[in-house]
Amino acid sequence: MQIPAPFEYARADTVDDAIALLSRHGPEARIIAGGHSLLPMMKLRLARPEWLIDINDLYELDFVLRDGDRLRIGALTRHTTLLESAEIAALFPIVGDAERVIADPIVRNRGTIGGSLCQADPAEDLATVCDVLGAEAIVRGPSGERMLTMTEFHRGAYETAVAPDELLCEVRIPIRPRSGSAYEKVERRVGDWAVAAAGAALSFAEDGTIAVASVGLTAVGLDGTVGAVTELLRGERPGEPLFIEAGRLAALAADPVADQRGPIDYKRHLADELTRRVLRRASDRAAQSAGATGHPTTPQEG
Amino acid sequence: MTILQEHAPNPAADDAGRPIGYGRLQRKEDPRFVRGRGHYVDDITLPGMLHGAILRSPVAHARLVSIDTSAALAHPGVVAVITGADLLGLGLAWAPTLSADVQAVLVTDKVRFQGQEVAFVVAEDRYAARDALELIEVDYDVLPPLVDARKALDPDAPVVRDEMEGRTDNHIFDWEAGNKAETDAVFAAADVVVSQEIVYPRSHPAPMETCGAVADFDAVTGKLTLYETSQAPHAHRTLFAMVAGIPEHKIRIVSPDIGGGFGNKVGIYPGYILAVVGSIVTGKPVKWMEDRSENLMSTSFARDYIMQGEIAATKDGKILAVRTSVLADHGAFNATAQPTKYPAGFFHIFTGSYDLQAAHCSVTGVYTNKAPGGVAYACSFRVTEAVYLIERLVDILAAKLEVDPAELRLKNLIKPEQFPYPNKTGWEYDSGNYERALRLSMSMAGYDDLRREQRAKRDRGELMGIGISFFTETVGAGPRKHMDIVGLGMNDGAELRVHPTGKAVVRISVQSQGQGHETTFAQIVAEEIGIPPEDIDVVHGDTDQTPFGLGTYGSRSTPVSGAAVALVARKVREKARFIAAAMLETRPEDLEWEKGRWFVKGDPSVGKTIAEIAMGAYGTVALPEGIDGNLDAEVTYDPPNLTFPFGAYICVVDVDPGTGHVAVRRFVAVDDCGTRINPMIIEGQVHGGLTDGVGMALMQFIEFDESGNNLGGSFMDYLIPTAMEVPDWETGYTVTPSPHHPIGAKGIGESATVGSPPAIVNAVVDALSPFGITHMDMPCTPARVWAAIQGRPRPPI
Ligand SMILES: Cc1cc2nc3c(=O)[nH]c(=O)nc-3n(C[C@H](O)[C@H](O)[C@H](O)COP(=O)(O)OP(=O)(O)OC[C@H]3O[C@@H](n4cnc5c(N)ncnc54)[C@H](O)[C@@H]3O)c2cc1C
Repeated sequence: MQIPAPFEYARADTVDDAIALLSRHGPEARIIAGGHSLLPMMKLRLARPEWLIDINDLYELDFVLRDGDRLRIGALTRHTTLLESAEIAALFPIVGDAERVIADPIVRNRGTIGGSLCQADPAEDLATVCDVLGAEAIVRGPSGERMLTMTEFHRGAYETAVAPDELLCEVRIPIRPRSGSAYEKVERRVGDWAVAAAGAALSFAEDGTIAVASVGLTAVGLDGTVGAVTELLRGERPGEPLFIEAGRLAALAADPVADQRGPIDYKRHLADELTRRVLRRASDRAAQSAGATGHPTTPQEG
Repeated sequence: MTILQEHAPNPAADDAGRPIGYGRLQRKEDPRFVRGRGHYVDDITLPGMLHGAILRSPVAHARLVSIDTSAALAHPGVVAVITGADLLGLGLAWAPTLSADVQAVLVTDKVRFQGQEVAFVVAEDRYAARDALELIEVDYDVLPPLVDARKALDPDAPVVRDEMEGRTDNHIFDWEAGNKAETDAVFAAADVVVSQEIVYPRSHPAPMETCGAVADFDAVTGKLTLYETSQAPHAHRTLFAMVAGIPEHKIRIVSPDIGGGFGNKVGIYPGYILAVVGSIVTGKPVKWMEDRSENLMSTSFARDYIMQGEIAATKDGKILAVRTSVLADHGAFNATAQPTKYPAGFFHIFTGSYDLQAAHCSVTGVYTNKAPGGVAYACSFRVTEAVYLIERLVDILAAKLEVDPAELRLKNLIKPEQFPYPNKTGWEYDSGNYERALRLSMSMAGYDDLRREQRAKRDRGELMGIGISFFTETVGAGPRKHMDIVGLGMNDGAELRVHPTGKAVVRISVQSQGQGHETTFAQIVAEEIGIPPEDIDVVHGDTDQTPFGLGTYGSRSTPVSGAAVALVARKVREKARFIAAAMLETRPEDLEWEKGRWFVKGDPSVGKTIAEIAMGAYGTVALPEGIDGNLDAEVTYDPPNLTFPFGAYICVVDVDPGTGHVAVRRFVAVDDCGTRINPMIIEGQVHGGLTDGVGMALMQFIEFDESGNNLGGSFMDYLIPTAMEVPDWETGYTVTPSPHHPIGAKGIGESATVGSPPAIVNAVVDALSPFGITHMDMPCTPARVWAAIQGRPRPPI
């Protein structure tokens, strides 16, 4: 048994209560959601919070809700819920692709999207997913609510724009017509963190050219999406030569470090290889979505 | 799961189909495990029990300058803090290892590996003990570490064991087997010679339950009761008597339910000794349970052999000779558990399953700044390394000769009529029908179809590989004239008592860590005396309740203890005959045995069952001269030879050329462990071992950085395969009983762990062969597979 350093514990009843507890106990207080990132770090004494504020009673943060042209996901929504949601599968197949390879059922039953994003581990799969889908984060603190783009949200490895007395409450993802998305990860073992992974999202214009495109990489030293790929793809028709070039650009944008999962050249290669693969799959899915009913994912009031 | 050659229905089954003797039978121990009612060391709580925690060194090599425990001692709940200096005073700072070396219990002079034990805190609860560790101030003077075994013998290498008189280098031993001159001559004359450096990396047994102990020293009676995670409780008792100076009759070792061992729990760790010292010092029971990182970083590793191998053959594929020189990294203390005469274990079985003209090996052991051990991980005393070496070499030879690796093996396997087969390094293989096993595996796999599929795939640029391994193990150590551990002959005892109502208890000296002893040994007794296994209690793991013996490792339980149990049951059966004769007022020689009953020859209706005879034995029947009033017996078994299980494994993999990811698609395992006692348990052992093999071949190794930091100290870094990485196992078997064993059984515990890594690596290399690759070292992680094919011309596929 690995034993964390001593800490105090409080259970929040409401979002406001959680924020009040955070304010009261100061910067050494930490939110605990699923606990699947925080507890392992505490057991190794890499994290030593003085207070844990448990938000697992905040059912108001556990939801998946379609709201017009966006999907709203509560911060306490578990990985399993994301994996099993038919609505998410239809709108954003990238989420299912990623969730299937995040850890194992035990971790997925408790781990949350909010915890994943706030943990900001460079190998966090949902960070890439939210990046490529152009998500926004809703954060609340003592002075009210603010909305952050993912670019604003990220602050590098293990850091985010969420202040010590703030709570991430919700993630909002725009729904676009004629779109498709995909995620692929290379891991040493099922449930292991990524050696490298890539995610892509594409939307076609009515004429079949690419209207919006983004590619994100996991665990290879890149925050956010690959700007050069977005530029490259916009207005083009999908095709293998284009994806090959996108792969090359993604590899250039990657800045991996060598570790037990692999050397730098290998990870850079994966950025290339996986970018091509997810673009192909996202493009096929977008084409299917466009072809199925013409406008299958047209925004509607939710 | 496919099972070929299913057992015929057991004729001696009860109404529910349960065998009275050998056959498929659900494990007797499982109801308590599946209901969470197992009782492990960490479940033990004694009145007033205290808790220990070990401070470990953060660095691999450093002089201990000073250590200040005052703040830790002042921490609430802390009862005692023990350092190396305290142990020096007690004469307990160093303890003997299982290989005629010594190991520091707590550092006194110098740290020799990262994670080494530096101080021991005893506190009222484990939280206080753990928190107090952070309050101990240690000043280290860091030294350059020796991490790379290849540099261990360099003149300027840091000397790991400079505390030893006159020691100026890191050399531990040189050992050889076979005939060098003869082998060199055969090599010189051979048409074809291939050579390859083959590394079997350091891995870890990683049992689900980590190591731990509860020590309870009673100062009034002077008796020490030590509950510990031990695969060898009797040997531990003797060692504790020798080390701690407590008389052996005042030591009781209890090894309760054990959550996996794989060799990890053969040795005596500093933690066990510290729990004992803690109990003596405080007068209270002390529990010490290591955590996962401690287990991975400081307890016995496995393997770590750098093998330079060479194989010689004629140009038409007759294998002539094999030779190898090995550099063995033993870490900071030589703590390998193996018979005294064999510092490289049974590595000299590297001649494999082939009929050779000559063979030679030399092994050099060295110290490095890494954790000691090298006991095990289901390796049958280094048979794992041996099998991997020969099975890789044969595949490399096949590539060189451009022949099918199955064909090459078929051509060179030892033939059935050659058994007992004396190999070129001193073994006598007891029995085998190798070709039959290999052909069975090939037919189960559909070998020819697989090769056809592979050719079609290659034409499409897809990488599919087929790997074969054929292994021979040498297990069941062993004959006392050759084999001992720290002077204790490798024999095992058994005692059988049949109670008046015909229920029995058999006491054995080996200790289960999950192998199913309580079922298998009951079945052996059942087979011999014909009472149902449910009526036989198997007692093990408590030195006050069981006869002496050396324990469970090296697949020795069934070959050694199983033989003892069969023989003790036969003794009881024979005694029953005399008692039955007295009861039936006839002569013993006029009685005939059928399972469970002695009856009068020619009149089967007149007879006595074992239960009736037992009641007679304890009752009022007038007993013949020399027969006392019980139905008990005891034996100690000294095996005449080892047993030689074998098997043929075929693995099919698909490799993603874009990512280097290897998927094991199929795995066919044909095992021959001689007589099969409980096929269900055998299959379980095989499934587990094959899964282990996937771990070693594809994902596991303990890596160190240049400072000697262990990079595999958690399950995030040291990967354990799961059901997701393994295919549906396809198991089959042949039965070639051991001629010298009382029931013909050979042992199965480690076969699959030994046999599977080469099959998997051979498959990966076969998949990569279009790139001209003939070897790659384990583990075949995606990064390494990808790296292996870089810089090579895209194959003409
Ligand atoms: C064995 C294992 C394997 C894993 N493999 C993967 C993998 O392959 N890929 C992957 O992406 N992830 C993986 N994970 C991580 C897993 O997805 C975690 O569940 C997730 O990262 C964290 O979610 P959580 O709810 O458990 O967060 P917690 O551990 O509870 O919290 C993590 C951090 O976020 C903060 N936090 C949590 N919620 C909020 C909030 N609403 N507002 C503000 N701060 C908050 C906490 O204070 C803490 O600092 C793995 C975890 C384990 C244990």
